[in-house]
Amino acid sequence: MKKVINVPEQVVEEMLQGMVLAHSQYVKRIDGFEVLVRANKPGAGKVALVSGGGSGHEPSHAGFVGRGMLDGAVAGAVFTSPTPDQVYEAVKAVDNGKGVLLIIKNYSGDVMNFEMAIEMANADGITVDKVIVNDDVAVENSTWTIGRRGIAGTVLVHKIAGAKAEAGAELEEVKRIADKVIHNVRSMGMALDSCTVPAAGKPSFILEENEIEIGMGIHGEPGTHREVLRTADEITDHLVDKILADMPLASGQEVAVLINGLGATPLMELYIVNRKVAALLKEKGLQIAKTYVGNYMTSLEMAGFSISILKLDSELKELLLAPADTPALVQF
Amino acid sequence: MSGDLYEVISAVGETIIGNRQMLTDLDAAIGDGDHGINMARGFEAVKAKLQILETESDIGKVLKTVGMTLISSVGGAAGPLYGTAFLRAAAPSQGKAELDVETVGLMLEAAIAGIKERGKATTGEKTMLDALVPAYEAFQDGAKKGKSVIECLELACEAAQKGVEYTKTIIATKGRASYLGERSRGHQDPGATSSYIMLKAVLKHLRR
Repeated sequence: MKKVINVPEQVVEEMLQGMVLAHSQYVKRIDGFEVLVRANKPGAGKVALVSGGGSGHEPSHAGFVGRGMLDGAVAGAVFTSPTPDQVYEAVKAVDNGKGVLLIIKNYSGDVMNFEMAIEMANADGITVDKVIVNDDVAVENSTWTIGRRGIAGTVLVHKIAGAKAEAGAELEEVKRIADKVIHNVRSMGMALDSCTVPAAGKPSFILEENEIEIGMGIHGEPGTHREVLRTADEITDHLVDKILADMPLASGQEVAVLINGLGATPLMELYIVNRKVAALLKEKGLQIAKTYVGNYMTSLEMAGFSISILKLDSELKELLLAPADTPALVQF
Repeated sequence: MSGDLYEVISAVGETIIGNRQMLTDLDAAIGDGDHGINMARGFEAVKAKLQILETESDIGKVLKTVGMTLISSVGGAAGPLYGTAFLRAAAPSQGKAELDVETVGLMLEAAIAGIKERGKATTGEKTMLDALVPAYEAFQDGAKKGKSVIECLELACEAAQKGVEYTKTIIATKGRASYLGERSRGHQDPGATSSYIMLKAVLKHLRR
C-alpha cells in the first residue's frame, strides 16, 4: 500500500481537521464527532438537510455542506456507514425547528444506522424524514436484491433538494422534490483499477492489465461483469445504453449530465467521456441543460468513472440551476 | 461483574480481533471487505468499556453496554445488527448474575428477533441468521431433552457451523453481497462466520 497517510486509524479524523482548516468559511466541526455543519447556521424557517456515509467518497458528502445544498454531513470510517449516535448529533446540530431530511445512499448498513438515528431524534421530538437514493442501474431489480445502490446521482439530490430547502419549502415539499430527483436520475459506472482501503492495506479486488469491471460499486464491491478494455467511446456507449434502457427518454426531453470521476481518473479522460455522452444524447434528440464533469463521488483512488443522467422538468431544472456555495460546488 | 461473564465477553472479543483478517478476506470476496476491520474496532471499544464494568454483576446491564458500544463503534450493517442483538439479549438477562438454559434460550430468541427486525431479513438469504437460527433451534432441542447450558451450546455450535457451510451454497439476497447475485454463490458469508466464531468462543471458554 502506497498512500499519503500517517496511520490508517487516523485518516478520517485527520481529513476532517484538514477540511475544516481549508474551508472554515463554509464548515465547522461538531466537537467530538465526525460531523461537519455549516459555519453559519441558517436562520429559523429552513428545513435542514443531512447526508453522510462511509468516508472515501470525497468531496461527498462534507464538500457539499453550504448554502444551497447540505446543512450537515456525517463521515463514517472508510466505506463504512457512520454510527447512529453520529447521525443523531448532526440532526440535533442542524435542526431549526422546521425538521430535518436525511439523504441516504441505499446500502443496508447506511439505512439501518440512519434509521436508528431517526428513532433517537424522534424520541427528542425532532421531526426527521428520509429519502433513499438508488440510482445505479448496473444492478437489475429482481427478487434477490434489496434494490439498487446509491452512487453519484446522490449529489444531484443534494443540489436540488438543497435549493428547495433554501427557498423556504416545508419538510414535506423538500422530501417530495428529493424523491422526484431519485425517481428521475440513473447512473452507471465502470472501473479500470481497484482501490485500497487504508485499514485493509491491500486492493479490494484485482483487475488484469487489460481488464475492466462494468457496473462497479463505489466501495470496491464487484460489478456485474468483467471484460477486456475497450475505447472510451465504446465503454461510454454501453453505459449510456444501459441507462437509457432503464429510463427511456423521448426526443426533445431536457436532461442534466454528471460525469463523475472515481478518484484516479484524469479530467482529460472524463472530458473525453463527456464528449461522447453529449454526442449520443444529441443523436437521440435530448437537450442537455446542465453538465457537471469532475470528482463528485469518488471511491478512494479507484480508476474509472460513472455517468449520471437526470430527466428534468421545469421545476427540477430551476432548482438545479439555482445558486450553490459549498467547498466542492459553487454556482451562481 | 462476575469474573466469568467478564472473561466470556473478553474471549468473544479476542476471537473477533484475532480473526480480523479472515473475516475481512471473506467480506472482500463478496462484499466491501470491511467486516473484520469493523468488528475488531467494535470489540476493541468493548474491551475498554468492560474495564469500567468490572464490578457490575447484572448480566443484562453488561450486555446492554456491549450492545450500545457496538452500535456506536462498528458502523456498517454489522453495528446495528450485532448491537441490536446484544441489546435484545440484555432484556431476559436483566437483574441476573447467573444464566440457566431457559434464560440463554430466551436471550438467543430475543437477539435473533432483533436482527430480523433491524435487517428486515430471514433465513436463506446468506446472512448471520443462517448460522444463528439453526444454532437457536439446536439449542432449544437440547433444552427440551434436559441438557445443560454447555451441552446445548455444543449442539448450537455444530448447527451454526453447518449453517456457515450452507451459506456457501446459496446466493445473497441481503446486504452488499446481494448485488452480486449468482456470483455470491460458492462464498461463505462473513456475518454467519462471525456469529459462529462468537458462539464457539463462548463454548470454548465455558468448557474450560
